[in-house]
Amino acid sequence: MTDLTITRSSTTSRITLGLLVAAGLALAALPWINGVGGSGRAVALLVYVLLAVMWNALAGFAGLVSIGQTLFFGVAAYATIRLSDAGIDPFLATILATLIGALLGYVTSLFMVSLSGGEFAIGMWVLSALAHLCVNLDPLIQGETGTSLIALNAYDVETRAALTLWLALAFTAVFMAALILLLRSSTGAAITAIRDDEIAARSVGVDVLRTKRIVFVLAATGTAAAGALWLTSNTSFQPKAFFGVHWTAYMLFMVLVGGLGRIEGALIGAVLFFVIETLFGAYGAWYLVGLGAVAVLFALVLPNGLWGWIGPRLPGEAIPTGYFVHKKEGRTQHVDG
Amino acid sequence: MTPSPVLRAEGLSMAFGAFKVLDRVSLDVFGGEIVGILGPNGAGKTTFMNLLTGAYRPTTGRVHVLGEDVTHLATADRCRRGIARTHQVPRPFGGMTVFENVLVAARNGRGDPSGDPVGLAWQVLEHTGLAGVANRKAGSLGLLDRKRLELSRALATGPRVVLLDEIGGGLTDAEADRLVALIRDIQRDGVTIVWIEHIMRLLTECCTRMICMAGGAVIADGLPGDVIDAPAVRTAYFGAAA
Ligand SMILES: Nc1ncnc2c1ncn2[C@@H]1O[C@H](COP(=O)(O)OP(=O)(O)O)[C@@H](O)[C@H]1O
Ligand SMILES: [Mg+2]
Repeated sequence: MTDLTITRSSTTSRITLGLLVAAGLALAALPWINGVGGSGRAVALLVYVLLAVMWNALAGFAGLVSIGQTLFFGVAAYATIRLSDAGIDPFLATILATLIGALLGYVTSLFMVSLSGGEFAIGMWVLSALAHLCVNLDPLIQGETGTSLIALNAYDVETRAALTLWLALAFTAVFMAALILLLRSSTGAAITAIRDDEIAARSVGVDVLRTKRIVFVLAATGTAAAGALWLTSNTSFQPKAFFGVHWTAYMLFMVLVGGLGRIEGALIGAVLFFVIETLFGAYGAWYLVGLGAVAVLFALVLPNGLWGWIGPRLPGEAIPTGYFVHKKEGRTQHVDG
Repeated sequence: MTPSPVLRAEGLSMAFGAFKVLDRVSLDVFGGEIVGILGPNGAGKTTFMNLLTGAYRPTTGRVHVLGEDVTHLATADRCRRGIARTHQVPRPFGGMTVFENVLVAARNGRGDPSGDPVGLAWQVLEHTGLAGVANRKAGSLGLLDRKRLELSRALATGPRVVLLDEIGGGLTDAEADRLVALIRDIQRDGVTIVWIEHIMRLLTECCTRMICMAGGAVIADGLPGDVIDAPAVRTAYFGAAA
């Protein structure tokens, strides 16, 4: 009866998709172009992207500000060590550890997501600290001395670097796609509604708890994937290097500087963080001071982050999750008169 | 025998800390009624609505919808049982378009999930006069359209009862007339209406029944003309001016 058309993409989004695919292919070709060193840095970039995109999904969309996502990051790395120690191929272990992260996310969601903002934030940190303590008790880990993913030595250095990179690309693509598809699904509009106004979302029938739990589990899984990848890329596992609070600071930095509540924001936040780290990471403490200064500067000048400035200046959504509705009015011309 | 009420409040009380806002308010709303609620600022009208929708838990009392006790149900579940509301201070999903705002309601708020939410959302927008701004970000709407959006979202949930909280404020006469016509339309479609409003003219034109609240209690309940003329209402509502 009604001639409704719904458009869910635009030239902007097609160009963005093209750019993302091109960037992915370029990264995939890196082992042939740039060798082992380049691959390692590329994995770092992808890990940052995963962390930023997932933390943004959690805080920006579901309104769940967690300062303890290191729970999933660290446990997945630890699980990779354990699985590999049990004789499982380290790359397979990375994938299995991600699934363990998903399971941990599911179990955690049962009692964490219904907590209020402050309790949730601190509660996640407590869980992460607890997991850190438990991991330190494992004799295999030898406390903070740590251990290594020695099973990787079965692969020669080039193969190992290339496989890690491709796995990182696959993970990033899968989790980005999962998040975008989720936000475009019928649940997605509910998630975005919660982002904008949780009370109003309840008023129009959105099951806020259930919706938040879906996002929480996805974010947990993506963060776990990042942790397992970080281990596979760096081989050594020292608990502090995975459960450390610096990761939380990085996630906050990337998302706030990039733009809370937009996938594009988290993406460019991660890229910016990567660039800053590459250029200034060697300066140690001063580098951290500089990061803090950049964050403060952004909070003052661009409170909605980089994407809050760029996004509205584009002709369409770069990563489209919305609906453009149009009604064909073909008849009106000759009916009236 | 009297018909059973669509919405029943039974001895609802509410206190914020030691501050008692509502004191055992009971109200039966029957199918097809347009019940106007007036009362001075701070009378507890919005709080009453929040108890009906489950936004707050009452200190004592129960809420029934279509004979079912919903006191233990969350807001979203009550919405699917047929209670929809507008917010006194509009709460648009600012980063989403007007159409998306209504689509969320059509998808999540309906007790009967059959039907095409996209088509339903559009129909509602045409009915409430927002179709022309369907693709605008809701955050960029003016107050008037925000209020219409509140109403549109409420209607998209396919309600049995709609609770309206001061959606008539700030309208011109022509706009007010259109709003009254719209509310009557909605009622004709079989939706029962409870309407909190300060603008007396809107209520007297539209309502089949009127209630006055003051100091956390119902002080008058009856035909609009009778309620407005009741001495208790005149002192409570019009105060010194009466
Ligand atoms: N969340 C709250 N916390 C504390 N006091 C509240 C809250 N909500 C409302 N009140 C108080 O309850 C009284 C009734 O408020 P309200 O229901 O909004 O009145 P009305 O809608 O009739 O103007 C007011 O005194 C108000 O300050
Ligand atoms: Mg009020």
